[in-house]
Amino acid sequence: MAVPGGGAYSFSLTTFSPSGKLVQIEHALAAVQAGATSLGIKAKNGVVIATEKKNPSLLIDDSSLEKVAVICPNIGFVYSGMGPDFRVLVTKARKIAQAYWKVYGEYPPVKVLVADIAAIVQKSTQQGGVRPYGVSLLIAGWDSHRGQSLYQVDPSGSFWAWKASAIGKNMVNAKTFLEKRYNDDISLEDAIHTALLTLKEGFEGQISEKTIEIGIATTPTSPDQMEAKSGERLPPTFRKLTEAEIRDYLAL
Amino acid sequence: MNGGSVVAMIGKDCVAIASDLRLGSQAVGLASNFEKVFPVNDKLFIGLSGLATDTYTLRESLRFRVNMYRMKEEREITPETFTHLVSSTLYEKRFGPYFIEPVVAGLPDATPLNPNPKPFISTMDTIGCITTPKDFAVAGTATDKLYGVAEGLWEPDLEPEDLFETISQTILNAMDRDALSGWGAVVHVISKDKVVTRYLRGRMD
Repeated sequence: MAVPGGGAYSFSLTTFSPSGKLVQIEHALAAVQAGATSLGIKAKNGVVIATEKKNPSLLIDDSSLEKVAVICPNIGFVYSGMGPDFRVLVTKARKIAQAYWKVYGEYPPVKVLVADIAAIVQKSTQQGGVRPYGVSLLIAGWDSHRGQSLYQVDPSGSFWAWKASAIGKNMVNAKTFLEKRYNDDISLEDAIHTALLTLKEGFEGQISEKTIEIGIATTPTSPDQMEAKSGERLPPTFRKLTEAEIRDYLAL
Repeated sequence: MNGGSVVAMIGKDCVAIASDLRLGSQAVGLASNFEKVFPVNDKLFIGLSGLATDTYTLRESLRFRVNMYRMKEEREITPETFTHLVSSTLYEKRFGPYFIEPVVAGLPDATPLNPNPKPFISTMDTIGCITTPKDFAVAGTATDKLYGVAEGLWEPDLEPEDLFETISQTILNAMDRDALSGWGAVVHVISKDKVVTRYLRGRMD
């Protein structure tokens, strides 16, 4: 039993160790800590989420890498940890969002989608024959009930709302940096710049529009931004920034 | 089968919804206290006219869904969202539908983004196809009569008292021309700070 790495309790996912830990979940968290840094900041009039996009080889076509995902017109995800696990959760989240739309004729509030995703993640810590998801998510979005919000979901299935947070390799430094920079009435524009600065802090190599990704949720300012004209769709409240937009923010 | 009618009308910052009180079996009258309008929350009502057994089933099934919504979302359902919920509930039974034509009437809560919400009514067919009229919505065995009287009596921007008078006269006069509706009526007038419910006496023949 006295084996390095957790011993007998480290293999069965659902067996508590004598000290009350589920060791596999701790390992999943370790997978997240090894992943690229991602961060999110909630501003007065929106939310920004951003991440490093490290290209392991010059030969990879980086246009195929996508780390910030749009779930529905008001919600977006970013992750640290394992890419394939993230894509599974994105697919599930998109299905949940569309199912919600089919019933209620509107997209889910951020908290409702977060709770549903967290329930899926929790399941994989208790079900037989599966491993936990190796990702932490930062979820940004806007809804008419709670306004803009930023959530984190961990491999254990727990979730919290943040004013600003970071996950992944550089999260400790990034969080300290955010704690110094954050104030309650920061504007979205300032938040985007703070996000870039925070990413720059722990960045290895050259930061450019090719090596980071940014998503923003914006708060509508008037009711007519929420009322769809007939035959038209509502403008989305969450969107990804284009490479050109990121280049402009980096130049400032 | 059981007969019965519902009507809803929009006023100035208020809405009204009314139903008759008859429960019948073909031409035989069985009860004169069968209300077909039910509260969903403080400012939202639904009228379920049609087959009486389905009125009960659908009321309970919607009560369940609205309670689950309230707990999950930690908020009250808006009239518009509730309409979609009713519609999807009906469409789930697309090939063996509830014999119900619902009418929804509600006053949405003011939000920072929408400080002056408009009063809302909507109606559906038995499989959930939604219509959201700007004036009035009718359903039930006296549909055609209700249309006729409502077309004649309704006018825009009625105050709560005038709206009560209009919807009451509409349902009373339409009921008198329909053998399967009648035996009294119930009217709810929903305005910003209160709901007024009144029972009307009608012809008992």
